[in-house]
Amino acid sequence: MKDFDYAAPTALNEAVSLLAQHNGSAKILAGGTDIIVQLREGLKDADVVIDVKKIPELTQLSYSAESGLSMGASVPCYQLYENPEIVGAYGALTDSARIIGGWQIQSRASVGGNLCNSSPAADSIPSLIANNATAHIVGPNGSREVAVTEFCTAPGKNVLESGELLVKITLPARVSKSASAYLRFIPRNEMDIAVAGVGSWVKLSEDGNTIEDARMGLCAVSATPQFAEEASAFLRGKPATDETFAAAGELAKKIASPIDDMRGTVEYRIHLVGVLTKRTLKIACERASEN
Amino acid sequence: MSTETPKAEVYLGKTDYKVIGTRPIRHDGADKVTGKAIYTADFKLPGMLHGAILRSPHPHANIKSIDTSAAEAMDGVMAVITAADMPGLKDKNASLGEGSVNLLDLGSNVLAHGKVLYRGHAVAAVAAKSVHIAQEALKHIVVEYEELPAVTWVLDAMKDDAPILLDRVRTDDMGEMSESPTNISKHIRFEKGNIEDGFSQCDIVIEKEFRTETVHQGYIEPHASVASWNEDGHLKIWTATQGSFTARQQTAELLELPVSKVTVTPCEIGGGFGGKIAVYTQPVAAMLSQKSGRPVKVTMQRNEVFEGTGPTPGSYMKVKIGATNDGKLVAGEAWLAYDAGAFPGGVIGPGCMCVFSCYEFEHAKVDGYDVLVNKPKTQAYRAPGSTHVAFAVETIVDEIAEKLEMDPIDFRLQNAAKEGTVRVDGLKYPRIGLIETLEALKNSDHYQSKLEGPNKGRGLGCGFWFNIGLKSSVTATVNSDGMVSLIEGSTDIGGTRTSIAMQFAETLGIPAEDVIPKVADTDSIGYTDVTGGSRVTFSTGLAAYKCALDIQDQLRARAADLWECEPENVTIEEGVYSHNGDSMTFKELADKACKVGDPVAGSATVSPDCFTNGFAAHLADVEVDPETGKVTILRYTAVQDAGKAIHPSYVEGQMQGGAVQGIGWTLNEEYFYDDKGTMKNASFLDYRMPTCLDVPMIETIIVEVPNPDHPYGVRGVGEPPICPPPGAIANAIYHATGQRMTELPISPPKLWKAISEK
Repeated sequence: MKDFDYAAPTALNEAVSLLAQHNGSAKILAGGTDIIVQLREGLKDADVVIDVKKIPELTQLSYSAESGLSMGASVPCYQLYENPEIVGAYGALTDSARIIGGWQIQSRASVGGNLCNSSPAADSIPSLIANNATAHIVGPNGSREVAVTEFCTAPGKNVLESGELLVKITLPARVSKSASAYLRFIPRNEMDIAVAGVGSWVKLSEDGNTIEDARMGLCAVSATPQFAEEASAFLRGKPATDETFAAAGELAKKIASPIDDMRGTVEYRIHLVGVLTKRTLKIACERASEN
Repeated sequence: MSTETPKAEVYLGKTDYKVIGTRPIRHDGADKVTGKAIYTADFKLPGMLHGAILRSPHPHANIKSIDTSAAEAMDGVMAVITAADMPGLKDKNASLGEGSVNLLDLGSNVLAHGKVLYRGHAVAAVAAKSVHIAQEALKHIVVEYEELPAVTWVLDAMKDDAPILLDRVRTDDMGEMSESPTNISKHIRFEKGNIEDGFSQCDIVIEKEFRTETVHQGYIEPHASVASWNEDGHLKIWTATQGSFTARQQTAELLELPVSKVTVTPCEIGGGFGGKIAVYTQPVAAMLSQKSGRPVKVTMQRNEVFEGTGPTPGSYMKVKIGATNDGKLVAGEAWLAYDAGAFPGGVIGPGCMCVFSCYEFEHAKVDGYDVLVNKPKTQAYRAPGSTHVAFAVETIVDEIAEKLEMDPIDFRLQNAAKEGTVRVDGLKYPRIGLIETLEALKNSDHYQSKLEGPNKGRGLGCGFWFNIGLKSSVTATVNSDGMVSLIEGSTDIGGTRTSIAMQFAETLGIPAEDVIPKVADTDSIGYTDVTGGSRVTFSTGLAAYKCALDIQDQLRARAADLWECEPENVTIEEGVYSHNGDSMTFKELADKACKVGDPVAGSATVSPDCFTNGFAAHLADVEVDPETGKVTILRYTAVQDAGKAIHPSYVEGQMQGGAVQGIGWTLNEEYFYDDKGTMKNASFLDYRMPTCLDVPMIETIIVEVPNPDHPYGVRGVGEPPICPPPGAIANAIYHATGQRMTELPISPPKLWKAISEK
């Protein structure tokens, strides 16, 4: 491992100028659960590692029923699932936060970091997509917003330009009779990486029988996490039944283009998208009927 | 046979011991739980350098050249070594107690000589002032490789047109040597009866092919060594090893030193399971120390452990078993090919001996092949070679029992090996406890309970391991406070300090807590073979028993002096020495003996030439998710004949640990190779050992059929419990899904595919 400098700016503009100054040779450390391993294993190099946890905007977490969730980019996972209001409003997201690593990892790792690491198998991204989240970015040229659906561009790559930093992620306020759920398949029961993952959000009719709207995100079955647009559109106006869920699963499978590797075969991963879509829709509908 | 099966308690051995069979706190417990125990990675010496090892990125290649000059020129780099720095290797075998090793192979494995034979094969090493400098320096060593085609599957490696790993290898075909180079280094055959006649008597014959993948022991502590080569030519090594004396011998042989010029101090060890017997880091650290003139520490990272140290082999097995309609096994035939990794000498031998070890077969035949492939040299892993064949045989035995509509335990009981059974390799069993083990399982709450519901199934499996004797030494000194220091050469992996101290204490009639056990370096205790073969509690325990008798005789003589009587007139009961109305406790006598006359110290050495023969039977309940192929273990019971459980908690721990490792091997663990021969999962993230959320509490039942070759009846316990799980779980999966899975691991994609295609 190459030696590097460490910086811990306390203001956004300071971080942005440090990033700009090092022009790509600076790496950001939020929870550090990915970057430290990557540096140690020689997968990434850095001249300077910038710890962003001392920047106030990046550690703020706020929720209100009216305006929704605003989550600083370095807010650790446990803060999400320990907040009952957030669990109630964004079930998929807190399902994800609970299974990223173990407890020790969850006390450091952030959803923002998970998004910026841009792994195809990132557990939080399908849930962010299902919950229609927006990424808020600052850089040398000011700030901009990007839908999380558009954030990742390739394995480990995303829309962040040189000098840019993710500040926060926002999720819209919960509407009544809506809920979401995330499931991944792993061969073990913890400490594993998704073979396939699906996050599903639904909005039901007042009587709970019909799906009025839906959004689904997939991971680990293509180069980037994806919004399952056709399957989501299909669900609008459909009865909330096992047959509907299975049919949506078949549509979601159409956009899966996974690889064969030590975590699963192409055939198996595509199959899992169908299973997980069906199962997450069922859980999301149950949760939506309850609140 | 009798339909009345006695209760398990009937088989408990002598139970009126004072120490044996109790559960004292282990002597090294406080150090371990408070983090004060010294492991090799904790160990520091003044001026110590840090080493790093350059490893081959290719599974098979000739080394055209190695240029170390740029690395040597770096600031902070103190030494760089390659195979050229090693003394000339000899093509000769060195005995290592449990097995032997060819020094040319061993040395070529420690540092590649002219050719790399697997990805991760060590090529060069650096010692530098920091580990980061050492790792950076590796990037500046220029190795020119000529890549060669690689072969990683055992049957491919046996083909005539397979890439040849080592030109010097010839097939030893039952004593006849082949003429041309080959990857098949050995063909073994065992036969008993007449196999054709045997099958002709059978009403039912089942033949199946099986495949298993390479798996690693997965010990938590990566390999580590510190070496300090003094100016006087004496080499000191601190290391994680299962055998300090074999580490000493291997290192001395490779570096052409007399063994007495090498002192090996075993540090605490974080698991071995057979994988910490061969040397890897010890000679490298020593050579770096010699070249730099400084102490050097070499520690591995996890990926180096996976790619650079010995796993247990992948295998192909074809097994055929026949029985009569009344449920008698008659004939068994096996054709076994185990990969040895990159050098000859894998675990095919014990595989062949174990394949039919649990049952009485009148006719049997086994052919076994030891085959080189471009994977790390295989090493022992807990009952090496036996788990593979237990998977195959238990699967077929289950199917025969099912076809004959017999209870799987009754079927096994009817055919179980017992005293007098002659194994296929010709060994005749002394008193063994498989029948009692199966009866205990039959009477267990688990077996008596009902398993109901869809996608659930119950399976049974048995397993066997020899358990060896070999050489052990202990010495003991009586202190004036009545405590006894007990020095031993067996490195303590599974709580053996305590299990040895307990036997010593029982013999002397003192509490286990009054014994202070210590594992010493190779200059401070007599020769002791490896902690392996499930031998230490048996064999070093036997030495402790003899040593305690020696101490007792000395104290009896001292008491006789004090009482002015003949030693034979002093009676001893539970540590109290008496004569004619006078009596002294051990403590009182120790105090007196230490004040006047010679110090009281004893020693004993043993080399029992026997096997202690351990049998285990496991029962697994599983539930299968038919949509994903994922298996959940609902309930699991391990039963085993321990002979006599010295410390029952440690015996239970061994049974549970073996079961969990077997569960991992069955369900998810495998070296996953891409088509270029590169292992793609050299980390605990993707090499999936079970976590605590993946296994239920493993229930244990200890059966005690005393071993006639040990004063307390001890049998080895560490290895048998890894053998039954694959068979038990595969059988349970069959009863849950209707699918006979014949390839390990039975990972979710495989099982889902089998279910979805049925």
